[in-house]
Amino acid sequence: MARMILRRLATGVFVMWGAATLIFIIVRAAPGDPAAMLLGPDADRAQIEELTRTLGLDRPLILQYFSYLGDVARFDFGQSYRLGRPAMDAVLDRLPATIDLTLTATLIAVVLGLLLGVVAGGRPGGVVDRVVSAATIALQSFPTFWVGIMLILLFALTLRMLPSAGVGTLAHLVLPSVTLSLAFIAIVARVTRSSVAESMSEQYVQTARSKGLTEPQVLVGHVLRNSLIPVVTVVGLHVGQLMGGVVIVENVFAWPGLGSLVVDAVANRDYAVVQAVTLLIAAIVTVLNLVADLLYTRLDPRIRLESAS
Amino acid sequence: MRLIPRIVIGIYLVIAVIGPLFIDYDPVHTPLKDRLLSPGSHTSTGTAWLGTDGVGRDILAQIVYGARTSMLIGALTVLVSCVVGICVGVVAGYARGWVDAVLARVIDVLLAFPGILLVIVIAGAFDRGVLVVVVALAAAGWISFARVTRAVALSLRERAWVDAARVMGVPRREIIVRHVLPFAIGPVVAMATLEFALIVLAEAGLSFLGIGLPTTTVSWGQTIASGKQYLETAWWISTLPGIALSLLIISVGILGDQLTARYGRGRRI
Repeated sequence: MARMILRRLATGVFVMWGAATLIFIIVRAAPGDPAAMLLGPDADRAQIEELTRTLGLDRPLILQYFSYLGDVARFDFGQSYRLGRPAMDAVLDRLPATIDLTLTATLIAVVLGLLLGVVAGGRPGGVVDRVVSAATIALQSFPTFWVGIMLILLFALTLRMLPSAGVGTLAHLVLPSVTLSLAFIAIVARVTRSSVAESMSEQYVQTARSKGLTEPQVLVGHVLRNSLIPVVTVVGLHVGQLMGGVVIVENVFAWPGLGSLVVDAVANRDYAVVQAVTLLIAAIVTVLNLVADLLYTRLDPRIRLESAS
Repeated sequence: MRLIPRIVIGIYLVIAVIGPLFIDYDPVHTPLKDRLLSPGSHTSTGTAWLGTDGVGRDILAQIVYGARTSMLIGALTVLVSCVVGICVGVVAGYARGWVDAVLARVIDVLLAFPGILLVIVIAGAFDRGVLVVVVALAAAGWISFARVTRAVALSLRERAWVDAARVMGVPRREIIVRHVLPFAIGPVVAMATLEFALIVLAEAGLSFLGIGLPTTTVSWGQTIASGKQYLETAWWISTLPGIALSLLIISVGILGDQLTARYGRGRRI
């Protein structure tokens, strides 16, 4: 187990190095002078020359690359020209809002997805099953940003039940987190459905039924417990997709998190912030994938035995 | 029932190809006195069946021209992703060894970024344009093709006829082209369909965020974004292109599922 964790950690470090390198390449390949871009459009020639020297942009590319890696390892991404402060500080300020949004969306997705999946998988091929599977296709197909706008139109502008944008109260969280959760609900429901449908023919289910348990008791007490394992994996593996959804949803609802920050930074070529956000998101995705992997092995002893043998 | 998605996609194709021949649309022409007209209103140039936007441009025309943009970008990106993915995947799966190891690591790194984030960073770094959008989308899109092809190549290289060809001294390139690649076509087509849907969605999202195509190119994403500020007075601007987009994605998604069910795990051989 310890060896596996170490190996996975080493992969994680490698992935972060690759991510940092990729960002370095994209930023250097972009047209324009990096120093001029870091300083923004208002900078004069002297400032640009000074920053070129401080950043070492006049040195060979390979040396620049190594000093950049050193900075990244120290979480130092330089100053944001637009915000006038260290980029990482600005990013960390926005992190809590994104965590609120993603955690709420994940909670909604897991609860509703499990519910739909169990109901549909309990009777494979039944009417409910077919309705749920049609619904999951639709949920995954609707463009997130459009669904968000439609929800604003319905619940904020027509029914006037919820605020359309911004943060503050719990009511502000409802529309963004529901929008973000929709595609995720579909994924959790699909995985739960197939795993529940598969378990229904297992012997322990027959045993539970012959003991005289009611169908809901069988589903919740026996089938659902075993179906949780793939759900954990799927939640872990889709964190990346969820972070992608965050970028869109935060912009629809003017939610002050990482997603709106990164789009703003990209649109204004604020590369210090772009680097800080993308690497932070890559780190979050990598760590959560690792956690999901470990949790998966803990939950299902069969996998542990297989990897040991 | 099974044919419905294909018919819908066919209609979109026809609209995308010949629609612009029948409807004139100039994104720079903004007849302000026709702005925010509801569907069915009369304008200075005729009837706006689906209404007009905030600067008086016809929504129906934007949906028709947007279909062309979406289909074009989707097809181009799938083509680029497909070619890159198949080449990398087949080499990695057939050659194994260090090529395969490097590919696995590269994919690990790319998967750490949510696809759309990578696309946004690349598209945002360069000047707006169709080519940049295609390259940015393909940068995230080739991975799934590489994985599918690699899996097929990996299982085929151990097959008797591939061994036979090797023993007979058939050059490696010929073995790959004649004995391995034909078996990857089914799964790759299924994958291409699903990827097409994802790419059209991603392009619309990108344009919605204002990072995608230049404003002179009509895109559903841009039309939806432009309607957001008029939601209370003119719901049709954002709603109708979104319906067009959703219907296309649902149809392509169902077709993709049908094809995956048929070819998904590699054809039985």
